[in-house]
Amino acid sequence: MKNRISWRVATVTAARWETSSARTLVLDVPDWPGHLPGQHIDVRLTAEDGYSAQRSYSIASAWSAEAGSPDAGTVELTVQRLDDGEVSPYLTDVVEPGDRIELRGPVGGWFVWREKQTAPVLLIAGGSGVVPLMSMIRARGLARGRQPFRLIYSVRTPEDAAYADELRRRVREDPGLDVHFVYTRKTPDGWPAPPKRIDVATINSHGWPPDFQPDCYVCGPTAFVETAADILVALGHDPKRVRTERFGGA
Amino acid sequence: MMELDGNALAGDLREVFATDMTGAVFTCAGCAHTGVLATLRVWQPAPGLVGRCPHCTDVVLRLVRTPTRVFLTLTGATRLELPLEP
Repeated sequence: MKNRISWRVATVTAARWETSSARTLVLDVPDWPGHLPGQHIDVRLTAEDGYSAQRSYSIASAWSAEAGSPDAGTVELTVQRLDDGEVSPYLTDVVEPGDRIELRGPVGGWFVWREKQTAPVLLIAGGSGVVPLMSMIRARGLARGRQPFRLIYSVRTPEDAAYADELRRRVREDPGLDVHFVYTRKTPDGWPAPPKRIDVATINSHGWPPDFQPDCYVCGPTAFVETAADILVALGHDPKRVRTERFGGA
Repeated sequence: MMELDGNALAGDLREVFATDMTGAVFTCAGCAHTGVLATLRVWQPAPGLVGRCPHCTDVVLRLVRTPTRVFLTLTGATRLELPLEP
């Protein structure tokens, strides 16, 4: 049947740690059709006895919408290790460049950002929920997008922030991008506030006013996503403009 | 147990449908709540995938795969609404 999505084999070409427990895998996927920021790749591991486990991971990298662009982009996953996980510890601690993994994608079409969206964008990340939002920031950078972007990124400690150097660089180099960190357990030295969880004041101060009708993307653990989405709606944002993606965690 | 949402169903649904389904709007048979399939509540790992209504937690969608077949149960949704491709 045509148009049916199928599994294929990709090769890991490089790997790098983003934090002590999150690792980025750069993949060479034959005939990759390109992807939108926010889309996923499903990864399937199969044991010798035939047992298989499958998980869906957000793509971290951007891909240019311009067909045939020499700078088309890369296919990268950033995987957060879950200590009791079946798949993630293999991807973070076992896989090495040159290894091959089975995957299918890109999949998903709702939690995505498209360059043709002209509204300001508010991204709210809890922990490794930053991955699809980073893809959006990178896609905007690749397309030299003019849409104003704001990222509110909640992490436990400064060491838990993935892409921290790149985000700092992009704030300088990508016009119209702002990033605000929220630290829930430990702040950097000299940080003006004690550790705290994301709250109304944070989103009110570092998000966009509802009047701007921003497109909002919230990604993180369930409790985080519910808190942030509830605050957005309470502040007057149109629920239809608030897109959420939740995963794991307590 | 991992708590996820319908975004994680994208690949399995794309195996059955010709288009992405995470943005399709369902109407819950239990409470008449409407929302996109991406907002369903999903737990993993499980023998099959179960998507529950975020409003009343009734089962909206069940998807079970065997090595050779896919079984999709949609009795929990009275309607699915999809945009036509422009």
